[in-house]
Amino acid sequence: MGFLNAAHMQFLFDGLLWTVGLSLIAFAGGGTLGFLVALGSSYGPRWSRLLVSLYVKLIQGTPLLVLLPLVYFGLPSLGLNIAPLAAAGIALSVYVSAYLGEIWRGCLASVPRTQAEAAECLALRWHQRVLHVLLPQAVKIATPPTVGFMVQIVKNTSLASAIGFVELARAGQIINNSTFEPFIIFMIVAALYFALCYPLSVLSRRLERSFHVANR
Amino acid sequence: MSQIVEIKNISKCFGSTRVLEDVSFTVNKGSVVAIIGQSGSGKSTALRCIDRLETVDQGHIRVCGHEVTAPGLDLHQLRRDVGIVFQSYNLFPHLTVEENIMLAPRLVQKVKKTEARERALQVLTQVGLAEKANNYPSQLSGGQQQRVAIARSLAMQPQLMLFDEVTSALDPQLTGEVLRVMEKLAADGMTMILVTHEMAFARKVADEVVFMHQGRVWEHGPASILDNPATTELRDFVGNGL
Repeated sequence: MGFLNAAHMQFLFDGLLWTVGLSLIAFAGGGTLGFLVALGSSYGPRWSRLLVSLYVKLIQGTPLLVLLPLVYFGLPSLGLNIAPLAAAGIALSVYVSAYLGEIWRGCLASVPRTQAEAAECLALRWHQRVLHVLLPQAVKIATPPTVGFMVQIVKNTSLASAIGFVELARAGQIINNSTFEPFIIFMIVAALYFALCYPLSVLSRRLERSFHVANR
Repeated sequence: MSQIVEIKNISKCFGSTRVLEDVSFTVNKGSVVAIIGQSGSGKSTALRCIDRLETVDQGHIRVCGHEVTAPGLDLHQLRRDVGIVFQSYNLFPHLTVEENIMLAPRLVQKVKKTEARERALQVLTQVGLAEKANNYPSQLSGGQQQRVAIARSLAMQPQLMLFDEVTSALDPQLTGEVLRVMEKLAADGMTMILVTHEMAFARKVADEVVFMHQGRVWEHGPASILDNPATTELRDFVGNGL
């Protein structure tokens, strides 16, 4: 591995940090948007349900590899200049929101209807029912699949390389372009992704198990 | 005596099935009314209409001064005055017994935490479960959960309590402990309407019995109608119960 010097390793490490950063941005942005998607499709009026379900179908039916350039190259043509980080953050957030929104909609739907009815009969108002009765139960159900989906987010940030964003995968490519040692370099990159994702999938599985135990 | 519930000629269809037809009865303050009848006779639907969990197609319902069937009904106010307990308890599983009870007084009546806790302890004592305040619902038996559900409704200090087959999911022993709580409640003067299959309990506690059959009030009178049915339908129904 003599061809890899400290600068290479530093470059890879920076890429790793960007991958983590981009994942966090995607999760925060996608989570916020996704929460609105879940609320809009669960409790909204008819028009908002239709609108939200159209949004979800549209995004889920579009490759992320198309969404990214659409934001990065598309927005400037409308007069909005945008940095690769912002473009990647927006595209990933939109992408994530469609999936998390659907996951969370399902979790809200799986809280028994009778719970909302009981809260309603205790004269709780709509926002009180959602906040104090439905959400706490839905969050518990939602945690394992949400953590599981974070693995997908981490891996999908690699597509941001398509708009010139240098994250872990792109850093690997760049180093390979000068060293021509693809096997070793991409092994390292793969190992780093694995190191990020494996703890998340273990955590997801553990949460799922404890959730089942709690509901026995 | 003042009438706390007034039901006048209500009718309701689910699709093409007529579930309530021209149902009328009234409930006086402090009295206990038992609605009995076969499954599918419309008794639960009638009860749910009182709390506007179902709407009626025709007719008139007045509860604690609220025009339940009027378009401008303040649902929130109606539910502050009426408590309801369901067959399936419907306790909030993520909250302790005490938190279950304190939730509505705190959020709806804006009662202070210490006062809400006192109130919780008081209603829990009333149903004999003061020592379970910090347990979660899943740690309680069915009978205990149902008593907590009753306590949770009582904590809102309702003027009227509705019970929808609250013992149907319980074995005879647990049924007994829930019925004793309800009997005490009736003795304390609470106005109660209960849909029930417990004929012995209806005989003993109810001031009036409403027998429903095919969506209609078939017989209505004091509990003694159970011993002297005027119609063959009630005779058959009571007879089968023995």
